[in-house]
Amino acid sequence: MSQPPKHLELTQVDIDFPTPNGPFKALQDVNLTFNKGEFVSLIGHSGCGKSTVLNIVAGLYQATKGGCLLDGKEVNEPGPERAVVFQNHSLLPWLTAYENVELAVKQVFGRSKSRAEMREWIEHNLSLVHMDHAMDKRPDEISGGMKQRVGIARALAMEPTVMLMDEPFGALDALTRAHLQDSLMEIQKDLNNTVIMITHDVDEAVLLSDRIVMMTNGPAATVGDILHIDLPRPRDRLALADNPQYNHYRHQVLTFLYEKQRKTEASPEVKQTTAELKVAPDTTQPEPKPEQKVKAA
Amino acid sequence: MSNISINNGLSAFFENPFGHLSRLLKSLLIPLIGLLAFLLIWEIGAKSIHTSLGVFPGPAAVYEQSLNLVDEHNRERDKELAFYERQEKRNAKKLEKTPDAVIKVRPYTGKPTFFDQIGTSLITVMTGFILASMIAIPAGIVIGLNSTLYAAFNPLIQLFKPVSPLAWLPLVTMVVSAVYVSKDPMFAKSFVTSLITVSLCSLWPTLLNTAVGVSGISKDLQNVSQVLRLNWFTHVIKIVLPSAIPMIFTGLRLSLGIAWMVLIAAEMLAQNPGLGKFVWDEFQNGSSSSLGRIMVAVLVIGLIGFLLDRCMLFLQRKVSWDKSAVLR
Ligand SMILES: Nc1ncnc2c1ncn2[C@@H]1O[C@H](COP(=O)(O)OP(=O)(O)OP(=O)(O)O)[C@@H](O)[C@H]1O
Ligand SMILES: [Mg+2]
Repeated sequence: MSQPPKHLELTQVDIDFPTPNGPFKALQDVNLTFNKGEFVSLIGHSGCGKSTVLNIVAGLYQATKGGCLLDGKEVNEPGPERAVVFQNHSLLPWLTAYENVELAVKQVFGRSKSRAEMREWIEHNLSLVHMDHAMDKRPDEISGGMKQRVGIARALAMEPTVMLMDEPFGALDALTRAHLQDSLMEIQKDLNNTVIMITHDVDEAVLLSDRIVMMTNGPAATVGDILHIDLPRPRDRLALADNPQYNHYRHQVLTFLYEKQRKTEASPEVKQTTAELKVAPDTTQPEPKPEQKVKAA
Repeated sequence: MSNISINNGLSAFFENPFGHLSRLLKSLLIPLIGLLAFLLIWEIGAKSIHTSLGVFPGPAAVYEQSLNLVDEHNRERDKELAFYERQEKRNAKKLEKTPDAVIKVRPYTGKPTFFDQIGTSLITVMTGFILASMIAIPAGIVIGLNSTLYAAFNPLIQLFKPVSPLAWLPLVTMVVSAVYVSKDPMFAKSFVTSLITVSLCSLWPTLLNTAVGVSGISKDLQNVSQVLRLNWFTHVIKIVLPSAIPMIFTGLRLSLGIAWMVLIAAEMLAQNPGLGKFVWDEFQNGSSSSLGRIMVAVLVIGLIGFLLDRCMLFLQRKVSWDKSAVLR
């Protein structure tokens, strides 16, 4: 009661997806709080429900149970104050980079900014991601990394309270990715908005985040563990490479992913059976196929 | 782009002149051989078909008739010119005698020539097609955006799509003569009948393709639209329409093809001036040159149908955002 309201809060979130064989519970009892200006990464195995969490905050999915509060208001529909950087950029292919950002800016600032101000604002945001030289190119004329940057510019231009990023750098090469990570850190330092980012990359998570939320495997996935990253900012990837604290965090995330939450429960069994099969043949013929062996027996 | 390909073509020519030559042969010579073979078979085949109106016209006879048609057209134009000249002179004289005389300009009422009929047909088909598109595209968008409406209308569309124009025509004729009554009608009844029949038959491909195109818009783009909270109108203009453009054009091209085919039949039966009526009149005429003239009309109908499709393709190239897409 006396506690001040949290900035962004997910409480007891369950979600059931309807499927032909009855409802599928993707998330169960997800509780998360985010502070203003915090950078949080979501990490977990593929299919565990990270995108689902993000989509609930975005308002694109509705929680079956529990809910999401942003600054005390319930989130039940999408809106530009929760901008999303989609996994596959999702630019409109018939608009240029400039026009793609413009569509968002007009929607958010159509009333409060003049034409000239909007133009300046669009150009400013494109130059934040170093895309000002290719403003008039359409998505099919620019590279994957450039598209992703335009997607980020579009989200930034909405001046969102919360930025939701679904594997924003997933499809990029290591160099472009490093470059964009650095830009993202700079921009976030200046704007101080809350960022929730999904990633599969442990280094990326540790480098960028204030906290890393590690999710358990689905179905009925939930928050497995939360790791606070107390590394001073600004962070420099080269300096951090030899930093024992940094490596300790990396190690913790890796331990969670590969020991506590091994990908599938079935995998150890599979390994065992193959091992047995490999041992068995040496008494009989050179290399019989498993089926043949069963038949012979 | 084209510069580069020309350069490539040239350098390829110098590196491998025979390869280039063979490509040229393929693209020009082979169709030419096909055409000649067709003309030969036509000529031979035509000679052996004897109808009550004489021998079936071969290419030479058809060529002759086409020249005749051009001649007739020119003669008719001269007559018309002469008619107006005479009238003008008469009126001038009248004015000399009594300066405040009321002057009437009577329009020329000669027989429409083959080329007049082509013009009429083109006007009718374009009006019918535009009317159909103006109904089909908005309706397709609305149906495509709403899955309930889609489920409701899809069976109806499937039901009406295959209906032949010949089945609609009697109904349309009766309804038009009952409903379209005015002392001084802006359009002839036969024109309205053909128009509506053309629209009714050519509506469906555009409607269906628009609906499918609209309902197939990617989930990602829909999410973008939702996050931006675009209103319905902006959503349709900025996201739905552009992503459905290729499908809409596929529908439009099918529709225009159907409209052109239906029009000829409608003109024949509704006695609306146009190419269809030309064919019908020649058929009723039954002179020795009729079959040749009908054959000219057949070829012209085919050519115009082809050109109409090319026009749509050109329009699609202009409108399409995806310049890399292969359009044919
Ligand atoms: N609309 C939906 N309908 C039915 N099931 C869904 C739907 N969306 C997600 N799921 C299921 O929910 C689970 C979580 O999916 P989600 O997309 O959130 O995974 P993810 O963690 O983002 O995976 P990845 O890392 O591969 O993107 C999956 O098992 C998926 O099959
Ligand atoms: Mg995902």
